[in-house]
Amino acid sequence: MSLDKATVSRIARLARIRVPDEDLERLGGELDNILSWVEQLGEVDTSDVPPMTSVVEMRLPKREDTVTDGAYPEKVLGNAPESEAGFFVVPKVVE
Amino acid sequence: MAELTRLTIAEARDRLRGREFSARELAQAHNLAVEKARPLNAIVLETADRALDMAEVSDKRIANGEEGVLEGIPLAVKDLFCTDGVRATAGSRILGNFVPPYESTVTANLWNAGAVMLGKANMDEFAMGSSNETSCFGPVENPWRLPGNGSPIVPGGSSGGSASIVAARAALGATGTDTGGSVRQPASFTGLVGLKPTYGRCSRWGIIAFASSLDQAGPLTRTVRDAAIMLTAMSGYDPKDSTSADVPVPDFEAALGGDIKGLRVGIPDEYRTDELPAEIAALWQQGLRWLEDAGAETRDVRLPHTKYALPAYYIVAPAEASSNLARYDGVRYGLRVKGEDLVDMYERTRAEGFGPEVTRRVMIGTYVLSEGYYDAYYLQAQKVRTLVARDFENAFEHVDVLLTPTAPSEAFAVGDKSDDPIAMYLNDVFTVPASMAGLPAISVPAGLSKSGLPLGLQLIGKAFDEETVLRTADVLESAAGFEAEPEPWWEMTQ
Repeated sequence: MSLDKATVSRIARLARIRVPDEDLERLGGELDNILSWVEQLGEVDTSDVPPMTSVVEMRLPKREDTVTDGAYPEKVLGNAPESEAGFFVVPKVVE
Repeated sequence: MAELTRLTIAEARDRLRGREFSARELAQAHNLAVEKARPLNAIVLETADRALDMAEVSDKRIANGEEGVLEGIPLAVKDLFCTDGVRATAGSRILGNFVPPYESTVTANLWNAGAVMLGKANMDEFAMGSSNETSCFGPVENPWRLPGNGSPIVPGGSSGGSASIVAARAALGATGTDTGGSVRQPASFTGLVGLKPTYGRCSRWGIIAFASSLDQAGPLTRTVRDAAIMLTAMSGYDPKDSTSADVPVPDFEAALGGDIKGLRVGIPDEYRTDELPAEIAALWQQGLRWLEDAGAETRDVRLPHTKYALPAYYIVAPAEASSNLARYDGVRYGLRVKGEDLVDMYERTRAEGFGPEVTRRVMIGTYVLSEGYYDAYYLQAQKVRTLVARDFENAFEHVDVLLTPTAPSEAFAVGDKSDDPIAMYLNDVFTVPASMAGLPAISVPAGLSKSGLPLGLQLIGKAFDEETVLRTADVLESAAGFEAEPEPWWEMTQ
């Protein structure tokens, strides 16, 4: 298999990483090398094997659904590239 | 004062308690050593003033007889750990000048035990790398060099800054994180002890996430005893990490010194690859004889799916990374690059913020999770992961611990493998299987290569049996008697 430019462009879009047109071919080649190498996994018979879902056997802990943290908006916004009046500022998304 | 930086953690602890010197003096000596070690590029943020403040508190606690297990011990912290009020970057431009408003559980545990922070250690970007060449702060140099050759050597990765600063005798220990070998391989490359605990032993809360089902914090130290001391302080159940294990934390130091008569040590046949350099194979044999001389029984074991662990890892880890790194969008923290609209802002921010290796892995991860490819790649990899874990379970029915090489080579030159991702990935061929199975594993310095660089051997244990791993490592360390140290060339360059 090989990744064409349109596929690389689609992955980049899904990953929300801007890839200039002139880099698509090079990046496609790099991804192709890695994918062809991992494809050896296809040799392994896994027909009766369950996928691993938990590394160490454990039951997911539960707790009461109550507020345990928060009420410090200045800390939450402290690292924001842009904030105003207690909100994160983003480009306009609704016309 | 220079002698203070040559102590082990255990020695410094005992002599602080004996009032032979103060925590402040110990911190001052290390602050100076960190400054002298700047040519290594191992520390991305020095916190000398904080170190002195913390040391003064330690001196008071020692005077009052209230000292913790790491009271006054100066440590470096990998820049993947969030440290309250101290910048954390994960080695990435995308975090910019992120200053966490909270402390990771592991570092909080260390400070509660009395440890002193010297600074934040350089690392591969988001812990993705095996040579510490992908950091946005530039590569870290290994304090070790080829005799008679001044060319820079990599310290391994991703915890390369942590390894380099401890090997340079400028910190008594350091935290690292290990996702596929990022503590053990740098330990092997720098002549240190590096321990990856069982998945769940240390809380992941406040550690910037790479691959959540694999990430574990671990110590880099000069001795096995020091690793045991640090692990005791770092470990423990944490309700803030839902995968943190609610199991008792033993005093790991107490596990040392016992004999290993009758201990069953497994030698996995599949690790004897054709590519394994003869000197590493010979060192492995030597390690086996050392353990036999100490009374252990060695047995061959089979781990038939070993060769598939690494390719499965390079599906699972990028898949988890692509999900974890989705949070870097230029909105709430870190870098923002303006765009024409919201999506354009995301795409420009991430293009500028992520380096080439992170971009590759996020894109691989996105692809293997995308519609139509999920079953063939991701699901198959998770099934193979089950088989890798079963191999270990089967082996551990017959043996107590496994002995293998840590890495398939000695440390290599800066630039040697940075253009070939797969050659770089193969560095982790012996460390990744234990990571995939969540098992504890340690690298112990065992000898020097013909060219004069350190080589480590790895011990892998059963889940939550760090005590057997440490006890065996202690025997291995004594038998190997690794005393070599790098020449301090970095002190002459200023």
